[in-house]
Amino acid sequence: MNDTTPIQRRAIALISGGLDSMLAVKVVQEQGIHVEGVNFFTGFCVEGHTHAIRKKDQSKEKRNNALWVAEQLGIKLHIVDISEEYKDVVLNPKHGYGANLNPCLDCKIFMVNQATLMINKARELAGDKGFDFIITGEVIGQRPMSQRKDTMPVVDRESGADGLLLRPLCAKNLPPTLPEIEGWVDREKLHDFSGRNRKPQMELAKAFGFTDYAQPAGGCCFLTDAAYSHKLADLWQARNERNYELDDIMLLKVGRHIRPRPHFKLIISREEGENNFLEGYRYQFASLQTTSCPGPLALIDGKLNEGDLQLAASIVARYSKDRLADQVTVEVRQPGGVAREITVAPLPANDLDKQWLLA
Amino acid sequence: MTHELDVRRLLCPIPVIRTQNRIKTLAEGDTLKVLATDPGVLNDVPAWARINGHEVRETGRNGNEVFVLLRVGKKTDDIF
Repeated sequence: MNDTTPIQRRAIALISGGLDSMLAVKVVQEQGIHVEGVNFFTGFCVEGHTHAIRKKDQSKEKRNNALWVAEQLGIKLHIVDISEEYKDVVLNPKHGYGANLNPCLDCKIFMVNQATLMINKARELAGDKGFDFIITGEVIGQRPMSQRKDTMPVVDRESGADGLLLRPLCAKNLPPTLPEIEGWVDREKLHDFSGRNRKPQMELAKAFGFTDYAQPAGGCCFLTDAAYSHKLADLWQARNERNYELDDIMLLKVGRHIRPRPHFKLIISREEGENNFLEGYRYQFASLQTTSCPGPLALIDGKLNEGDLQLAASIVARYSKDRLADQVTVEVRQPGGVAREITVAPLPANDLDKQWLLA
Repeated sequence: MTHELDVRRLLCPIPVIRTQNRIKTLAEGDTLKVLATDPGVLNDVPAWARINGHEVRETGRNGNEVFVLLRVGKKTDDIF
């Protein structure tokens, strides 16, 4: 290599697995930039989770779209578990929540900040073999909170990216960033997409020959989901504390959540896949399962007295095969494995207060 | 050397993250058997391995469990 050889610039891309980040990477790859991807695991990712659990969905192909996108683009993908650090984003969002418990603006700032820390670390460790800038697939006007003309500069500023954050799909609608000013990328070859219309992305995908890509399906984060957010808020209220562990937020994705009394909740499987998943939690939670007939497995979150236990068992029996029988036998098992049986009348459908159902 | 990673009951992408972290500690040529219950592992761990230069020796199912057998490839100059 001699002094006149241009330096190949290197970028880190935030890869969600959707079409936009896929296109953003391809646009800068076309300019000779070396790109590596990063995908952050927050614990709230929709990706794969529910269809991995539920048996009825098991005929569908299961793939992690971020990995799939990386493979299509021929780039490395670093999957980083940020679930612990991410709690602060969910619990104390400086910019508040969206329609549900989704802290979208703080989330984006946090993720770009994590990527900035990664490029700083890479520069320390590898000098020129480090990374020069960050790219995302954001499109101005596409999301109501984090992708607005007034909030997109906030992400750049508050993440510490300081001009190193390039959004190739809408760069022409924003002030030039350092990669453009320095000539690492040609601004003219970037795009000016805006709004919620997906047609320009579809056309660009076609031009690049991408025929298979993840279709937008209401966001990639459970926190944008009203029912999920309701269950999370209920968890905080019942515990009188705004906090969670990874198991808590995983369990909110599974089963029927029924809170018949303020001090306890039942998580009742809806089918075999969920049954298998909840089985793995019986060492942490007391559980109920019908033994006189096929029925769901239910975890008990909370401490129950004998009266509560009768009510809980009658609710579980109500979802068993013998829901119309006079009596059903239910096994009550403690986390340590000690079990006993009780016999209850299944709760009549009309007696199941709709307000108990968390959805 | 042959190693085993038990990621049963965990949902993707956690099994992929655990595989990624475990392989960082292994030597080229070692084999790692990843045991899981999330069927998504059968796609995701091989995809991760292909991207990062590791060989997928075998994949399979055993009742509700699945496994992926990997052979660790050449160490690269990854900085993360």
